[in-house]
Amino acid sequence: MFLQQVWTIAAKDLHSELRTKEAWNASIAFTVVILLLFSFAFDPSSEQIREFSGGLLWMTYAFAGALVLNRSFARELQNDCLDALIASPVSSAALFTGKAFANFALLFAVELVSLPVFVLFYNVPFGAGKYLPMLLVMALGTWGLTVIGTLFSALTVNLRLRELMLPTLVYPMMIPALIAAMTITTNVLAGNDLGFGMRFLVSFDIIFTLLAVVFVDTVLVG
Amino acid sequence: MREKIIIGLAVFAGALLAWNMNTIFTALPDELNQGAIYRIIYFHVPANILGMTGFGLGMLLSIGYLVTKDLRYDALAASVTEVSLVFASIGLATGSIWARIIWGVWWAWDYRLTSWLVCWLIFGGYLMLRRAVDEPNQRARFAAVVSILGSVNAYISYKSIEWWNTQHPQPVLSIRNGGGMAAGMEAPIWWNLLALACFSAILIMVRTRQEAIANEIDTLRRMAHAQ
Repeated sequence: MFLQQVWTIAAKDLHSELRTKEAWNASIAFTVVILLLFSFAFDPSSEQIREFSGGLLWMTYAFAGALVLNRSFARELQNDCLDALIASPVSSAALFTGKAFANFALLFAVELVSLPVFVLFYNVPFGAGKYLPMLLVMALGTWGLTVIGTLFSALTVNLRLRELMLPTLVYPMMIPALIAAMTITTNVLAGNDLGFGMRFLVSFDIIFTLLAVVFVDTVLVG
Repeated sequence: MREKIIIGLAVFAGALLAWNMNTIFTALPDELNQGAIYRIIYFHVPANILGMTGFGLGMLLSIGYLVTKDLRYDALAASVTEVSLVFASIGLATGSIWARIIWGVWWAWDYRLTSWLVCWLIFGGYLMLRRAVDEPNQRARFAAVVSILGSVNAYISYKSIEWWNTQHPQPVLSIRNGGGMAAGMEAPIWWNLLALACFSAILIMVRTRQEAIANEIDTLRRMAHAQ
């Protein structure tokens, strides 16, 4: 029952996104622009690129993520859809999980498209053995960003200063996950051991998923 | 009664602090490697302990609000968090001064410093969020959720010097298996902690009173608008 509700919400969100492509187009375009801007900050062809490639990649993902996540609940404001969703016989936890899955799928797709662009633009060594660990890090890191972002998207949706409050609250909260994801990505690209970062990221994901599911009802209903 | 407690605490904390200053600046010798600057630890460590425990206490009070829906818990949580943020700022500033002398830089991006700065930003965001929400119950709910999530990061910061190889010194206090300080040198840290804790209690009491008055004014304003 719960899973069915989650699936319904996630499918609804993905359907409406596929039809309008609002967040998709914006975040893809934004990702390319950020990668372009970064190239002015330093020499993209230098050898040093391996050392901070993970950081660059995740900064891009975090910025793109904020665009996707900001829309997640804001989209429901029109025609009072959010009130209808809250009033419907779907638990807040199911609503949250569904939205989180939809956001995750969307953000992950944006990342998959922008990864080759990044590798190409910045001449990052990306061999066959790195696909699987890279996908794993992207999945774990993205999930961390998504749960926090979705919860705060719900929290800020009715605020006067929504566009200002969301990034102010979300980025500091995401930083531990971002740092872990950045270090692991750099290690993957450099061919090093994944180490402590992986355990940290997994624990971070689990803790914040649980907290988000527990508190989303408080945020949405009270 | 409230005023008497505040005055009593202030006198006690002031006297204790003066006596401590005397010990720190006249009785204690310079540290072997660091020289005179090591004395900053007597403010850096107590301020950060108060900041960190304050964020933790704020989380407990936030849970208290979510369980009871009593706005007094929320007012207390807000006051505690605000005062803790002041102490966290003192901790960051004193640490930065120490780093300038010992490391030669004002700031190093190691895990301890970064995670503590992140905490500072999160709880700064907590206070900003409180200003962005008008309805008291909604404000209390949202703030409580941010406080609880934020305290996870406070815990990460607390543990960071054990989990990672940080440039920040490893634990020196005897209660955290440090034992890096002579007993005579460590004692003033605890006395300073007590003095600063009294000051923090005073600030929290004043701040909670303000919060209660603000709530009362808000209620009266709503009643006036309703008529």
